[in-house]
Amino acid sequence: MTASSVAAEYNWLFWILVVVCGVVSTGIAFVVLYSAWYFRRKRDNELPPPSISNSVKMEAAWTLIPLFLFMGMFAWGAKLYFDIERPPDDAEQIYVVAKQWMWKTQRPDGIREINELHVPVGQSVKLLMISQDVVHSFYVPAFRIKQDVLPGRYTSIWFRAIKPGKYHLFCAEYCGTNHSQMIGWIYAMEQPQYQAWLQQGAAEGSLASDGEKLFHQGGCANCHHFDGHGPGPDLRGLYGTTVELADGTTTVADDVYIRRKLMDPRATTVRGFDKNVMPNFSKLVTEEDAIQLIAYIRSLGPAPTAPSSIGTAPDSYGKQPGIAYPGAGPIVNHTPGMQ
Amino acid sequence: MTTPQAPPAAPSHIDYLSERQGIWPWLLTTDHKRIGLLYTASITGFFFIGGFFALLMRLHLLEPKGALFGLETYNKLFTMHGIIMVWFFLIPSIPGTLGNFLIPMMIGAKDLAFPKLNLASWYVFMTGGIVTLYSMLRGGVDTGWTFYVPFSTTYSTAYVAGAAIGIFIAGFSSIMTGLNFIVTIHRMRAPGMTWFRMPIFLWSMYATSLVLVLATPVLAITLLMVIFERLFRVGIFDPSLGGDPVLFQHMFWFYSHPAVYIMILPAMAVISEIIPTFSRKPIFGYTAVAYSSLGIAVVGFLVWGHHMFVAGLSVYSAMAFSFLSYLVAIPSAIKVFNWTATMVKGSVSWDTPMLYAIGFLGLFTIGGMTGLFLAALGIDVHVTDTYFVVAHFHYIMVGGAVMGYLGGVHYWWPKISGKMYPEGLARLSALIVFIGFNLTFFPQFILGYLGMPRRYAAYPDEFQFLHVLSTAGATILGVGYILPLCYLIWSWKYGKPAGRNPWRATGLEWQTSSPPPSHNFEVTPVCTHPAYDFEGMKEELELA
Ligand code: HEC
Ligand SMILES: [Cu+2]
Ligand SMILES: [Cu+2]
Repeated sequence: MTASSVAAEYNWLFWILVVVCGVVSTGIAFVVLYSAWYFRRKRDNELPPPSISNSVKMEAAWTLIPLFLFMGMFAWGAKLYFDIERPPDDAEQIYVVAKQWMWKTQRPDGIREINELHVPVGQSVKLLMISQDVVHSFYVPAFRIKQDVLPGRYTSIWFRAIKPGKYHLFCAEYCGTNHSQMIGWIYAMEQPQYQAWLQQGAAEGSLASDGEKLFHQGGCANCHHFDGHGPGPDLRGLYGTTVELADGTTTVADDVYIRRKLMDPRATTVRGFDKNVMPNFSKLVTEEDAIQLIAYIRSLGPAPTAPSSIGTAPDSYGKQPGIAYPGAGPIVNHTPGMQ
Repeated sequence: MTTPQAPPAAPSHIDYLSERQGIWPWLLTTDHKRIGLLYTASITGFFFIGGFFALLMRLHLLEPKGALFGLETYNKLFTMHGIIMVWFFLIPSIPGTLGNFLIPMMIGAKDLAFPKLNLASWYVFMTGGIVTLYSMLRGGVDTGWTFYVPFSTTYSTAYVAGAAIGIFIAGFSSIMTGLNFIVTIHRMRAPGMTWFRMPIFLWSMYATSLVLVLATPVLAITLLMVIFERLFRVGIFDPSLGGDPVLFQHMFWFYSHPAVYIMILPAMAVISEIIPTFSRKPIFGYTAVAYSSLGIAVVGFLVWGHHMFVAGLSVYSAMAFSFLSYLVAIPSAIKVFNWTATMVKGSVSWDTPMLYAIGFLGLFTIGGMTGLFLAALGIDVHVTDTYFVVAHFHYIMVGGAVMGYLGGVHYWWPKISGKMYPEGLARLSALIVFIGFNLTFFPQFILGYLGMPRRYAAYPDEFQFLHVLSTAGATILGVGYILPLCYLIWSWKYGKPAGRNPWRATGLEWQTSSPPPSHNFEVTPVCTHPAYDFEGMKEELELA
């Protein structure tokens, strides 16, 4: 099974380990069984002729040779791990929210799926994942990838499917009663079929436009005006920039930072603002809401010099570094009926 | 003891078993041998309870949708199987039974350094066990033996706190036992018994004791934090309370990786005695084998992160843990090579203990080798949290620790009971255990490679064949475990008298009668030989 870009190398390393360990184990088994037979006790009171019971040279040999082999395994294993963990720059980003007991996937253009994920063959996909409750683990055996999905913190994993097919998605970290039911499918499709699939869904808002609604309903707009005045900072052009904090340090305004601002606003404060104003939204917004709000803030165009654009959401996906917007596909919702 | 010894001219020949009879002389005994037997009875009980849960799980998994239980019941079964087997069987198994019985005898002492502490440790252990069993009877626990948060602290509705308190209590018996062994080995050795004349058993038990004393408090504090967060909603691990779930994993594995060595080092201790005795040769590379136990104990504390390679570690800290995990494999490899070399040019007998030792060598090697797979970062990503891991640690814990325990029980049975067990039946059941074990767990390696996640109450159809094989193996394995229970109890009464040294072994424990007198030796022995000196002792042992 070589269904993903890392699977072939994975299988090579795995089977080389099988061969190396198999040869060494067979060697040990041979000496043990040979001795048990050839040197078997012939008389009850037999004392074997004296032989050496100590050899620095042999100890050195069976310390250093395994060490040498182990370092090879370590190095190759680490290299493969880097390949598995580090997404390429052109990866399309898809959000995954795990909760007892389902997988929800959302992509920037708005297509959402439950316990399913459709991806095009040949396209790198990066999953930014978070759990609404306990620890889960996103596991696609055929792709040779697995990553725990934590509550309260984004983790990520990437893959590039290289063979069309339908592959198991499992939750691999025990998460309660229905853990064994928290399973689904990954569909890897050739580009034409994938584009056709994209067309099928019913139109609905993109992540950013959903976020915009939340931004107004949740009252964010009351404090975060788009004219530079108001109790909270202007959020235009925030995403990806460096923020100066009240304690004199700086931080990059990425997904992690903005999520934290919502869930735990006192953890950091923007320089020049009152730290007791921004409310704590952790009880009010779900992880899915947070993802939509982040997408909205990310979509806000660069700030003040441009003419005022209060309340609008200029779509700047694809212009941000590191984000690929999957074509100008229509905004669809593949699984109607999901909350 | 306050009563003066009888003069050597009229030694009392009353052994520790027939001395004072009745329930209280047993329950209030401070004799390390009797306490060893109390432990043996208790852990045997726990073993069969835990084994029963395992059998139910295997039967359930005969069918992809699950043959017997609902999801929740299955989750409770694997949790209780894990909790009982880890904390109430494996951890106390060899130290509590053979360690208690043998450490004083091997160094030529009358008892452990703190006999009352030793008895207290058994009571503490039983209290923990009963609390845990009680919370299981009240409805069970469904968190897995790993208690991962925030599931265990916030989401589970089962009796988590009860089970955690039981384990917390039992932890203190581990600490007491470890402390007792360390002091005993330092202070109570007979004249002439220098460190480098000690049988390897003692080196390994010493290393085990260090780990027991240093690691168990970390488990205790971690469980206490779980209990606090669960009962009082103090934010420690649950992010919705401001806590960090990965912190729990660090703390849990900081104990639970070394705990693997609490389970396997004592088995290595037993194997290091059996192989020289049944090969009639000194152990090959005594110093290397002795130091490798300490090496395992020390480096074993530095590798916990290998349980978390997909839990969100940074790639660089993952690399450090991977590297250290390879280093900790070196001392184990050294031991395997030295044991093998001990057999070469020996006089190798096929008595039951040796069959278990050979079985141990094979299974421990496979368990260790598959550990090398899991230590390789990229390889671990796919197979961690699958049946590959389940198979791997059962090869170490059951193929290693339990085989070592059974080998040791057979080896010292003549000393403990004064009787011989039926050799033919014992060899047969050793063979049944070996075959049943491999049939149970080898298919699980393949299941894991194919992607079958662990802790699943139901599974896709394509995995059924391998699951059926595994269940078939488990029933055979069950027979292999029940047989020794039956014939050992039988031989307690009807076995042939063993005599003082049926194996012609060299250790001090074989120089006193079987079963030994309460104070082990009529006269304090003096150690005049290095360990395993068959050549130097050939007159005494009547070897030629
Ligand atoms: C009651 C006023 C108020 C409301 C309502 C409010 N905020 Fe804020 N917010 C602030 C203030 C004041 C700051 C700056 C001080 C600080 O960092 O805590 C801020 C900071 C932020 C920042 C960091 C900005 C930067 O420049 O680094 C983000 C992002 C943010 N808010 C998002 C939101 C979102 C999304 C909502 C709606 C869910 C929201 N806020 C609702 C007052 C508010
Ligand atoms: Cu799960
Ligand atoms: Cu470990």
